[in-house]
Amino acid sequence: MSAPKLRVFVGRPTASPQEAANWTPRQVWANNLRSIIGRAYPRVRGLTREPSWVIFQMLLPFLTTASFVFVYRALDAPAAYIGFVVIGGAMTAFWLNVVWMMAAQLYWEKDQGNLELYFAAPMNVMSVLVGMAVGGLLMSSTRAISILFIATVVFGVSFSISQWALLIAVFVLTLAALYGFGMMLASLFVMWGREAFHLTQLMTEPVYFVSGLNFPVGRLGFIGALAIALIPLAVGLDAMRQLAFVSTGPTGTPEPWIEALILVAMTAIFIGLARWLLHSMEERARREGRLTVRWR
Amino acid sequence: MSGSIQAPAIDARGITRVYKAKPNDVTALAGIDLEVAPGEFFGLLGPNGAGKTTLIKILTTLLLPSSGTARIFGFDVATDTKKIRRIMNMVAGGEQSGYGILEAREQLWMFSQFYGLGAREGWHRVDELIDAVGLGEQRHQRVSTLSTGQRQKMNFARGLLNDPWVFFLDEPTLGLDVSAARSVRELMVGWRAAVPGRTVLLTTHYMAEADELCERIAIVDRGRILAIGSPAELKRRVQRESIFRLELDRLAGGPGALARLPGVISAVAAIDATAGADAPARQTVVINLVLGEDSALAGVVAALDGLGAHIVALAKSEPSLEDVFVELVGRGFEDDEDDSDEGGPRDRSERLPIEPHEAGQPDPEDQAR
Repeated sequence: MSAPKLRVFVGRPTASPQEAANWTPRQVWANNLRSIIGRAYPRVRGLTREPSWVIFQMLLPFLTTASFVFVYRALDAPAAYIGFVVIGGAMTAFWLNVVWMMAAQLYWEKDQGNLELYFAAPMNVMSVLVGMAVGGLLMSSTRAISILFIATVVFGVSFSISQWALLIAVFVLTLAALYGFGMMLASLFVMWGREAFHLTQLMTEPVYFVSGLNFPVGRLGFIGALAIALIPLAVGLDAMRQLAFVSTGPTGTPEPWIEALILVAMTAIFIGLARWLLHSMEERARREGRLTVRWR
Repeated sequence: MSGSIQAPAIDARGITRVYKAKPNDVTALAGIDLEVAPGEFFGLLGPNGAGKTTLIKILTTLLLPSSGTARIFGFDVATDTKKIRRIMNMVAGGEQSGYGILEAREQLWMFSQFYGLGAREGWHRVDELIDAVGLGEQRHQRVSTLSTGQRQKMNFARGLLNDPWVFFLDEPTLGLDVSAARSVRELMVGWRAAVPGRTVLLTTHYMAEADELCERIAIVDRGRILAIGSPAELKRRVQRESIFRLELDRLAGGPGALARLPGVISAVAAIDATAGADAPARQTVVINLVLGEDSALAGVVAALDGLGAHIVALAKSEPSLEDVFVELVGRGFEDDEDDSDEGGPRDRSERLPIEPHEAGQPDPEDQAR
């Protein structure tokens, strides 16, 4: 048998397995940081590699937004409502990304055989979740900005913003809370298996409704208040609407700064839970053999 | 205990693994003791359901044993997981990991980041490995378009990204055609030659593969190791006599003339399996010669002169590893193929009928672009 020239296999030589196994804290951090970039990479590449997302992820959601705009115009609703719908349409991109490409992703990874390889690699698997979130954010931001820009131009939305800094902070906090939520759900999905797909259905239309995606959530009374307390999309959306359309007046919901604090709390809780759940999931998977069980 | 230089590459003591299942729990490993020395190419040979994959999952820190301990270079698989993951890698047969949307080169780079290689260092190493495994032309081809053999070469390159000290290969040639399987075997041999001191644990149920590659083999069945040794040692367990295939130009007196010689247990004319009704008559005589020991052959050769016979060909027949397995277990590999409990729930679940829409559901990573 003739062996090919494989001197390259030597790679980064280490004198002993013990030397190779003992990393400095700097190496550990670098590994985790690089893993975030590595896992974000396929999502970023996908943006340019399959441009069909422009139709499916941008133009189709835009049609939904447009239909609500026409309904509000027909009803002579306040002009701010048009802006509400446009912001809601933009945020849909993030929510869909969180549900389908964060929450459900580890389940897919397990079926592909990737999850096993992630756990067998030396990085902290939270890096994979963060990488997925970073990549997803980049993807969704492109879509959200496109929808926001096109709808604003087409429907002539005029924003009245008084607190730019708070608006930007609320937007960033909303994304942090949303993706923290997605990271938390990702571990649950792996544990729940295929039942989790019913949850993804539950997390689209019903969540759109209680979050007031196309109307002010304050109109829902107690349900709206509950949504603000529990669903990052609902609270973030309401805060951004209050800050972007100051002239609308009282909405029956908490002040934006209070909602910003709710988002901070949500972010901390979701990311903390995501870490804990991921660790629990790995331990349980090692005990029960779940990492090796496909189709469950 | 932390790792030590003198520690065995793999040291497993009393490993058991029981999967909870209904109606009865499944015992995948029933007390495995195994020691593999640094630098050894070690094989686990056994039929489906023997427990090979379960053992690999435990050694690669993906699964905890129900009882017993296992260490990799002195690092405990239950507690020193990160350290073990830095020095090992694994490749499984039929592996479909990664993302179809990426090019082969990009996919490998992504994995290089998971092993702590710098961005530039990662690209450089990936390019070198791609060339080394013979995927140069497929470098920029999307993973989803690679053939099974090309994909397995890529997986092999992935497994070498971190220059592992222990390389676990779980049925690496499963499902490959003859040529692709040979390529993968050549890669294994080539890698070992390039980096002496690295340990390989190969599981396979292809006996010729184990025979060709492994320095030592453990024959595993139903969660237990039945025998450990080099292929030659294992074969010697079942070969109590020396068997030779002797081809002569003629033999006066027939095989019976040889059977009477000292040390000869039997001498019978071989059945010519190739001969058909239209086949030309054989011009030589072929004898299957069974001797009490190899040294008796000298007497046979000396006696042939007296019988007016000249040797055309002489070959020693060796038992195969399958003979060893049959001797140890009392049945062949194929007898167990439909009776698998490999990896406990894993294999059973993989055999579950899967609804087409679920089986074919696209990965959102590939889909939502």
